[in-house]
Amino acid sequence: MSMLKNIKSMTAGVALGVASLVGTTAVWAEDTIKVGVLHSLSGTMAISETTLKDTVLMMVEEQNKAGGLLGKKLEPVVVDPASNWPLFAEKARELIAKEKVDVIFGCWTSVSRKSVLPVIEELNGLMFYPVQYEGEESSKNVFYTGAAPNQQAIPAVDYLMEELEVTRWVLAGTDYVYPRTTNKILEAYLKSKGVADEDIMINYTPFGHSDWQSIVSEIKSFGAKGKKTAVVSTINGDANIPFYKELGNQGVSAVDIPVVAFSVGEEELSGMDTSPLVGHLAAWNYFQSVESDENDAFIAQWKAYIGNDERVTNDPMEATYIGFKMWVEAVTAAGTTDTDAVEQAMIGVSVANLTGGMAVMNKNHHLSKPVLIGEIQEDGQFLVVSETDGTVPGDAWSDFLPGSKDVIADWTAPISCGNYNTVTKTCSGQNF
Amino acid sequence: MLRLIVGLVLACSINNMVLAGGDDSLAVRLDALAAAKLSKMPAQIDLLAGMDDPRAAVVLQALLDGQLYARKSDKRLFIATPAADKSLLLTDPLGLVQPGAAKKNEFKRIAVNNRMRSQLRYAIARANLQSPDPLQRQAAVLRLLDDLDPAVLVLLDEAAEDESDEGVLGLVYIARGMIALDSDDRLEKMAAIELLSGNLQPLVKNRLQQVLARDDNGDLLETDAVIVKKARVALAAIDSKAGVYKFLETTFFGLSLGSVLLLSAIGLAITFGVMGVINMAHGELIMLGAYTTYVVQLMMPDHLEYSLLVAVPAAFLVSGLVGVAIERGIIQFLYGRPLETLLATFGVSLILQQAVRSIFSPLNRSVATPEWMSGALQINPVFALTYNRMYILVFALIVFVLLLLLLKKTTLGLQFRAVAQNRAMARAMGIRSQWVDAMTFGLGSGIAGIAGVALSQLTNVGPNLGQAYIIDSFMVVVFGGVGNLWGTLVSAFSLGVASKFVEPMAGAVLAKILILVFIILFIQKNPRGLFPQQGRAE
Repeated sequence: MSMLKNIKSMTAGVALGVASLVGTTAVWAEDTIKVGVLHSLSGTMAISETTLKDTVLMMVEEQNKAGGLLGKKLEPVVVDPASNWPLFAEKARELIAKEKVDVIFGCWTSVSRKSVLPVIEELNGLMFYPVQYEGEESSKNVFYTGAAPNQQAIPAVDYLMEELEVTRWVLAGTDYVYPRTTNKILEAYLKSKGVADEDIMINYTPFGHSDWQSIVSEIKSFGAKGKKTAVVSTINGDANIPFYKELGNQGVSAVDIPVVAFSVGEEELSGMDTSPLVGHLAAWNYFQSVESDENDAFIAQWKAYIGNDERVTNDPMEATYIGFKMWVEAVTAAGTTDTDAVEQAMIGVSVANLTGGMAVMNKNHHLSKPVLIGEIQEDGQFLVVSETDGTVPGDAWSDFLPGSKDVIADWTAPISCGNYNTVTKTCSGQNF
Repeated sequence: MLRLIVGLVLACSINNMVLAGGDDSLAVRLDALAAAKLSKMPAQIDLLAGMDDPRAAVVLQALLDGQLYARKSDKRLFIATPAADKSLLLTDPLGLVQPGAAKKNEFKRIAVNNRMRSQLRYAIARANLQSPDPLQRQAAVLRLLDDLDPAVLVLLDEAAEDESDEGVLGLVYIARGMIALDSDDRLEKMAAIELLSGNLQPLVKNRLQQVLARDDNGDLLETDAVIVKKARVALAAIDSKAGVYKFLETTFFGLSLGSVLLLSAIGLAITFGVMGVINMAHGELIMLGAYTTYVVQLMMPDHLEYSLLVAVPAAFLVSGLVGVAIERGIIQFLYGRPLETLLATFGVSLILQQAVRSIFSPLNRSVATPEWMSGALQINPVFALTYNRMYILVFALIVFVLLLLLLKKTTLGLQFRAVAQNRAMARAMGIRSQWVDAMTFGLGSGIAGIAGVALSQLTNVGPNLGQAYIIDSFMVVVFGGVGNLWGTLVSAFSLGVASKFVEPMAGAVLAKILILVFIILFIQKNPRGLFPQQGRAE
């Protein structure tokens, strides 16, 4: 039955995609606001990004039911960049130049975002990026609604250090830009807290690594030195399952060596046999298990929209939700969808988080959000074990990297710059 | 439906049968536990652990295993195990209510975090010192070693008094030795070092290293030269022993990686090696095997233990049939045109991937691991063999032997080889070469499916599963020598062992590169691989 539904929704999705590619009917052509959706629907990243496409479509549908925006209907334009990084740039160009969309919700991996950046800055488009990332960037044309490292990695390390009294650290990651930058920041942070060199082990693995025997064995002996050890994992996507399986098989439990992950959420867990994962940790700004009225309503709306009671919600979905709501508010306030006007109106906009409290868009195009630490439970949900007091403002340029310590992003006058050096009082020539 | 009704009836009967348990002190504690917030639960667990009531230990174990549920209506605690049809099988820790089934949504699981798990394990370990099962007693002592202090030693000594199991006694001796290391008596300290020498428990090593600790000026804290020397010797003994096991462990890791390579490459050794077809969809045939395992498990949720046994033939059939369809539909028109075959099968691989995405969704599917495949065979504290890897190693060898027998000892095998060596001659002998082609390709594909069953136990089952293995498979077959099954075997295991020995030194990323560079150089020198085939057809 659910398979049938899947097929149905697939066909609906395809039909929608085709319709929008062909250039839609004349009835809407003049008086709609076009919303571009730039998420991979095929290829490796489809696993994560398809959900976000559905989330945007759900939000658009809801907004249209509520009367649209500025008296016009919203019209989604879905394209498929197929997990192909250069194709992201092409599709972004197509969306802005040909489809003339007013806003884009899109990208997941950092490399896809980096590929879109030059296009979106050249054509002065507007994009919302909903995924946690490594920071070190702030573009005038992009709003980052996912977590910066100081909203995810650093609070997680603080939790391990203070609550679990961890003194030895394994930083394990997939070999690409997000883990490398995050681990650089974490290493600097740990050393600033007095952790010795020999108490930090850094390990990188290729994409899709599936043979974790030696690495887990290494972690095991690293952790058997009599000090409390934890693994901070920036392992990406599919490589996580064999990693946790190997941990379980070699008898490393969360009580001995907890693993805190930044890329494992409810969606990923729904495809895993969770028994070896129980007790391991994840740090996000949102968990489905948080009880609040907004969250209950959102989950119910999602399940009804997707037509499947088993589907889960996750952090990037909340980031998409917040981004969309903020954009709607900013457009309403500006009275136009013009990029420059909306960009200025966005700063200071606040929207209720699904987990309670308000998310605020800061001058550096990053959000202030609460940070939650959760433990994985048997049912694939998280038990929240720690929450920051109040919200944490996203930091575009890390305070723990030598090159970017003095750099800030501020898109309001008089600075209006994505990387302004507070010491030399200059804005670097880079656009982002 | 009938089950549901029975469940409902039972649930009702449980509701009606609750008796008053007010004077039972365990009942009071349990009510307090059910009412406690997450932050207040550790205190409640301590109170429960302090009770002299065997039922309390059962509750603590259930809490640790995530099997303690509270009924939403009255917050009464039950121990429950989930049954297949989304109901719960309940037992009452107080023993007042008959065991029975109930609907899951009427209950809420009591969640615990790591801090409580650690606390629970400790409490259970203390209780388990008196357990009738020697393995449980061993585990209990081992857990208590972690928080060793004189008070715990008293507890251990008491337990050792009427202990007959050697494993448990050995651990208690270690505990005594570790405490004695703190002693001020020189002789006692030396005797303790003697006792601990060569022991592989990581705790022992850490403890001995503390004897050799230095102060801020880099001087040894221990002033007695004899003790220092003895400690050094003891540590060296531990290190050399551990080194041997480390070597064995790495070899096992290598063999295990080799068995995975062998499984994924052996099907290709048939289609590419024997038939000469470059099949880029080979990885997707592996993926289909993994998805077959998933579907088989969906169809037999009550017999997960046996699901893999059913999945092996099922995956062979599914992938084999798809393979035959690919051969009949596409490849048969492209024999002798390797470039076109490569492109066509690459297209097929994309189609299969997207088909799986459309049917099963792009999300990974969760394939359960049967009980007998999880965990590890603990040989000593530093050396353990994981069961899933061991089974896959054995399984790969069985598949290899069966395939070899099929090729060497059966008429079908004879025909395969005849067609591969000289097609025209074979046809002249009355062999239907087209039929043999289809069967050979089906066989190779079916074996890819079997590999998928094994891989479903190691990695995630998703649309991209196959892509991760296609390059490695070609590498193994080319390195081993095209058309030679023994070559594939040797090449899979030598590549596996080599990369596992390089990995700790160079890191996983560099190890992969080094192996590739090695193969490229090797192929330059020996273009036909380790074991070149002596064919006449070329």
